[in-house]
Amino acid sequence: MSDHPTIKIIARFWPHALLAIVLVLPLFGDAIATKLTPIMVFAIVGLGLNVVAGFTGLLNLGAAAFMAIGAYTFAICTVPIYPFQIGFWPGLGVAIMVGAVAGTILALPAMRLRGDYLAIVTLGFGEIITDVLKNLDAITKGTQGLNPVAAPEIPFVTYSISAYKPTYYLYLALLLVAILLCHNMRKSRLGRQWIAVRDDELAARSMGISPARTKLIAFAIGSGLCAFGGAMFASLNGTSIEPSFYDFQQSVVILCIVIVGGMGNVKGVILGALIMVGFNSIILVNLTEWMTRNGWTGNNVLATPSNWKFMIFGLALILMMRLRPQGLIPAQDVEPVTQKPATAGATP
Amino acid sequence: MTTTELIIQLLITGLANGLIIALIALGYTMVYGIIELINFAHGDVMMLGCFLALTIVGLCGGEQLSPWIALPLLFLTVPFFTAGLNWSVEKLAYKPIREAPKLTALVSAIGVSFVFINIGMFWGGLPMDVFGGGGSAASAKSFPDLFGWSNLLGEQSAVLLTPRDVMVAAVTIPLMIGLTFFINRTRMGTAMRAVAQNPTAAKLMGIDVDRVIGLTFIIGGALAGVASVITALYTGSIHFQMGYRNGMDAFTAAVLGGIGNLPGAVLGALLIGLVRAVMEGYVPNGGQWSNTVVFALLILVLVFRPNGILGSRVREKV
Repeated sequence: MSDHPTIKIIARFWPHALLAIVLVLPLFGDAIATKLTPIMVFAIVGLGLNVVAGFTGLLNLGAAAFMAIGAYTFAICTVPIYPFQIGFWPGLGVAIMVGAVAGTILALPAMRLRGDYLAIVTLGFGEIITDVLKNLDAITKGTQGLNPVAAPEIPFVTYSISAYKPTYYLYLALLLVAILLCHNMRKSRLGRQWIAVRDDELAARSMGISPARTKLIAFAIGSGLCAFGGAMFASLNGTSIEPSFYDFQQSVVILCIVIVGGMGNVKGVILGALIMVGFNSIILVNLTEWMTRNGWTGNNVLATPSNWKFMIFGLALILMMRLRPQGLIPAQDVEPVTQKPATAGATP
Repeated sequence: MTTTELIIQLLITGLANGLIIALIALGYTMVYGIIELINFAHGDVMMLGCFLALTIVGLCGGEQLSPWIALPLLFLTVPFFTAGLNWSVEKLAYKPIREAPKLTALVSAIGVSFVFINIGMFWGGLPMDVFGGGGSAASAKSFPDLFGWSNLLGEQSAVLLTPRDVMVAAVTIPLMIGLTFFINRTRMGTAMRAVAQNPTAAKLMGIDVDRVIGLTFIIGGALAGVASVITALYTGSIHFQMGYRNGMDAFTAAVLGGIGNLPGAVLGALLIGLVRAVMEGYVPNGGQWSNTVVFALLILVLVFRPNGILGSRVREKV
């Protein structure tokens, strides 16, 4: 970071400014609010992946699969064709629990693996989940998806279904809760254990930390958060969407959110979600619509901005890894503890 | 069809598919053996090779082209293209971050894969009559059928052996024998094995490690190029997302055989080919589950036997 005072002020206060902006934006119209709500959902999913990949250093290439687990659990709990119909809030709770259990089940055998092998196992797990959801069409309605799922609701408040602002503020509140949760977890004993295991597993073990237990908890919490986001997304769209929406490419988009902002940094994930999802679902879509309206796209595949999505996400990954692997906002604790010899063993 | 005939049929299909997977798997396993990187973009290099093959065949007359002209033409162009592509990927995306943690390079490889997928989509959208399969860039393109579906065992036979099955075996088997000879008997092959064992020691012995790594990517890319020509001719259909699917099959094969182990990769690929053939040709409704089976196999091998069937790779860098 540069030491220029303006940059310092921006770096210090952009989260406050952002919060102020998102609080007042819906007053200017529902159109902006409808675009921003998915970004909040993906920010929550990004926070979930950040617990696993950022805090604990385990590359998870199946984040979208946990979103799918959340979305389909929520759908099965709330759609009219099943007898449960437990409503929005209990549905969210069940989705989080099922996501956390699924994460633990995946992590149990995978704990023995090294970094890149673990990444591939999570990738395979993600593929299996989407395939199973697609093929068990007796339960999941295959590619049609389950609908209509329960819409978001605020307890003790009744409002018309068509009003969008309550949903917007509800989702913003849920995102703030998730941010607070991640921030506090990072500062807690558990969070410091995650960082310790990530930076030096051997040293952490000799300090009395159990790496396996620490990683398992990270997977359970991270997967629970991803499932939470998936359930919120299903509720927002009124459908579980379809299995192939949650494929490997979606997982990489979520990974981009975490990497671009800065692995292991809660603020970074929010910025990453704003940049990547905002780019994908607002800028590219609107640019494409605008160009089509003006007749500039024709039938030319290159002239359609939304076709450049993979190129842009891919280049973002390559360039970030090469130029700034710690992300736009580096976490404050990226240096391995071993580089500070005098204080290395002083604090657990 | 009797049981024996069914078994023979599944063997033919499975082995032909397996040999194609093996060519891609060799590229994965060689790269992993040398720099411990899962070259995620490898499958997509092969996909771009398919698009080049389709473009060349289309420009030269499509269906009317004789296989005797098409094959030499394709095998002389496509592997050079994919080898060059793979080499540039290494120079641009992997070499600058070789000293960084392993996961950094893996993420970079995923990025390259995404860029290639996008290029494949654009390629499929070029306004050329070559591309059958509709005007949409994202739709599957049909590859001209140069071999026909005549049965080499006679029209009465229940078992189908087509010229394309023979072509697969005739191209891949000599190539694998040649590769084995190159790795085991030549100076450059010895250098490659040395770098795979210990890059620092190899450098001290005067081996140009960067050159060896570059060569590994060139060979892997060329093999992927051959695989792309064969796949396009064999399946008759190409798609910009095909690289991921083929790449995962090949990667599973490499892991199954013990990653870094060349004969292991071929053995693993033949097994994957047979598993797919049995799932698609014998198990009822098996086709839709064959991906699940392959990925489950990948997870089981990684978790319970990470060194693979042949398990030669005992080295673990701390």
